[in-house]
Amino acid sequence: MRPFNPKAVFSLAAVGVLALSACGEAPDDEPEDDDAGEAAEEVDYTACVVSDDGGWNDQSFNQSAYAGLQSAVDDFGIDHNEAESNSEAEFGPNVDSMVQAGCDITFGVGFLLAEAISEAALENTDTTFALIDEWVPEEPENAKPLVFNTAEAAYLAGYVAAAVSETGTVGTWGGLQIPSVTVFMDGFADGVDRYNDDNDADVELVGWDKDAQDGSFSGSFSDQTAGATLTEQLLAQDADIIMPVAGASGLGAGPALEEAGGMMIWVDSDGYESTEYGDIILTSVLKEISQAVYDTIEEGINDSFSSEPYVGDLENEGVGLAPFHDFEDEVPDEVKDTIEELTEEIVSGETTVESENSP
Amino acid sequence: MSEKKPDTPETPATSPGGALKEAESRLHYALRQLSQASWVITVLAIVVALVVGAVLILATNPQVQATAGYFFARPGDFFLTSFEVIRDAYSALFRGAVYDWQAATGQRSIRPITETLVNAVPLILAGLGIAIGFRSGMLNIGGQGQMILGATFGAFIGYAFSLPLGAHLLLALLGGVLGGAIWGGIAGVLKAKTGANEVIVTIMLNNIALYLLAWLLRQQWFVQTGSNQPITAPVDESARLFGLLGSGFRLHAGIFIAIAATVFVWWLLERSTLGFEFRAIGENPEAARTAGINVPKATALVLIIGGALCGLGGAAHLLGTEYRLAAGIAGTLGFDAITVALLGRSRPLGTFLAGLLFGGLRAGGVLMQTQTGTPVDIVLVLQSVIVLLIAAPPLVRAIFFLPNPDGSPRRKRRRRSKNGEAGSDGQRELAESRGGSAAGANTREVTS
Repeated sequence: MRPFNPKAVFSLAAVGVLALSACGEAPDDEPEDDDAGEAAEEVDYTACVVSDDGGWNDQSFNQSAYAGLQSAVDDFGIDHNEAESNSEAEFGPNVDSMVQAGCDITFGVGFLLAEAISEAALENTDTTFALIDEWVPEEPENAKPLVFNTAEAAYLAGYVAAAVSETGTVGTWGGLQIPSVTVFMDGFADGVDRYNDDNDADVELVGWDKDAQDGSFSGSFSDQTAGATLTEQLLAQDADIIMPVAGASGLGAGPALEEAGGMMIWVDSDGYESTEYGDIILTSVLKEISQAVYDTIEEGINDSFSSEPYVGDLENEGVGLAPFHDFEDEVPDEVKDTIEELTEEIVSGETTVESENSP
Repeated sequence: MSEKKPDTPETPATSPGGALKEAESRLHYALRQLSQASWVITVLAIVVALVVGAVLILATNPQVQATAGYFFARPGDFFLTSFEVIRDAYSALFRGAVYDWQAATGQRSIRPITETLVNAVPLILAGLGIAIGFRSGMLNIGGQGQMILGATFGAFIGYAFSLPLGAHLLLALLGGVLGGAIWGGIAGVLKAKTGANEVIVTIMLNNIALYLLAWLLRQQWFVQTGSNQPITAPVDESARLFGLLGSGFRLHAGIFIAIAATVFVWWLLERSTLGFEFRAIGENPEAARTAGINVPKATALVLIIGGALCGLGGAAHLLGTEYRLAAGIAGTLGFDAITVALLGRSRPLGTFLAGLLFGGLRAGGVLMQTQTGTPVDIVLVLQSVIVLLIAAPPLVRAIFFLPNPDGSPRRKRRRRSKNGEAGSDGQRELAESRGGSAAGANTREVTS
């Protein structure tokens, strides 16, 4: 057994790579300075974001927050820094390292970063912070919580689902049993109940019991196989419309529903645009994290940052129901009218969507 | 192991199959190989890992990609940019792990080395726990579960009871030791009593620990926060590992625990009777039994003590830096601890140093990510490549054209087969593991 000749292997690989890709033209103008973060500095402001252990491609709040930061960077020409956390032990160091990097505002994404953001805010009073999906402990004056009462929008989705369902059974399941997930499921359950009360119907909800606060969870925000399995279980219980609240794990519901001829309700973003299952997506429960991040950065640039909590609801359109897209014709007009009425009722406070998981 | 027939100490007749046994003996061989590789190999492995990391950093860097696009038109750009990107990334890694000469204040400059120590504490403690298993021929993959249990016990004692200053901390740490020992003990007792494979049992116990914690975090009597978030109340001040350098630093007394544990494990393995028994069953359980060592008892104790150290690591992590228990408390620490023990060659001092190295990589990765935009996953690649190369010394020697210190392996084998006794032994072992246990036992009876 002769050991391979590493030189030969490396040079072969190098030649191959060069031959494939290295024949382009040199740019005429001076190549860009390659210091990281060298953007056209129109505004002297640095916005930074630290993910939780989901990472930027989680099809959920990390991704939305990142998208909000990116559009602010594009629109205002500000600097930015980002740090992806691989484990909980990195939250504190990552936030601290943002402060060291001179960030004017640092976003922490997810309730797990609450402690890290609160601590950093108390220690560094000359810079600002924001926390997504949870109140900031001890309420420092330089930290703004961005929370969303998604129960209100999920309530509308529950009503639509109950009205459109042909089998009389709708379903929902979650990623992990945490308030930012179950708040969707609570609202959905109440929406179904509202439909039953108003129309003397008996549409059943499977996958979540609001009173017992117990239901089906895939145990992950990434495991699509677990999502598919759960969806099949709910389909077997006769559900024909299912709302997965589980980030990328929810994508597992797509193929299962396609096969069974069911419909899906997506959450966080408009699934008609963000996923490949647009043709089975009845509607989506929107949670405008990107917009909230963008607005908070804009406030910071205009020196109007305040630690006053932002609570996204139907009134300020921080949450909402996406268009029906392909199902526009299949949702009866009276249901659409009722949805508008319900929205007004909720905005005016005539109807309150109660959930112990609401922010 | 068949205890009815002490004259046939080989593969027991009830063994589920030869394949598993063979895999195990290969693992033991690999572990022995690992512990014999030289320090030169370790250093070279780190060098190779840095080179591999550099290639990946370059391959994913948009500026380098842009200059590579017109490489033949202006090659200077490519080399200059590549050099700058690599220099920035690795100098940030160093500044984040050891000393930051670009920091705003003096306190900030020396903070990185303290962060390295902070990260190293749980890695060293859990690494020592895993190393004890390796030295005793047992692959404890359950560091993760044992750390979770340790952190859970430590946290609950930390916030649910109020006790006087010293006693509270001591009790919380002991709780961590107990939690880990229980979890390791389950695997240990199962292996000792029933011969269950410790690899499988510990892996399964990892999952059980994870879901046990997830369940506990939904119980209000456990989290004691009054909120629905799956995170517990913070541990009381009296139960926290006190800071050593005041505010602005996270370095805590856990580093002394790690040093003490390293000395303890050295004493245990190298100087105590129990440690001798551990090493004996690792080298050859049959010989150990013949020599009068209670193999089942020692087997159970290895995993109990290993689990206790992992549990202590989990508790020190929680009481020293995290303070609040959440589902991801152990992160990947329990698995990183395995690589720490491998890199440390299962020696106490080696494990300590390997823990420092990995702690430094973790600390440096944070700065590297925020300041140069290099993905923090590069750190994982570095760690993995280092361990991969350590496990394959011939590969490292081939890369650097180093001679094999034992002479070529082929000649060695021939020499061994000339030696009749050893040769037939080896063949018999092979025949047993291939042909099944009953045939193996027969062969042995015939030859003896």
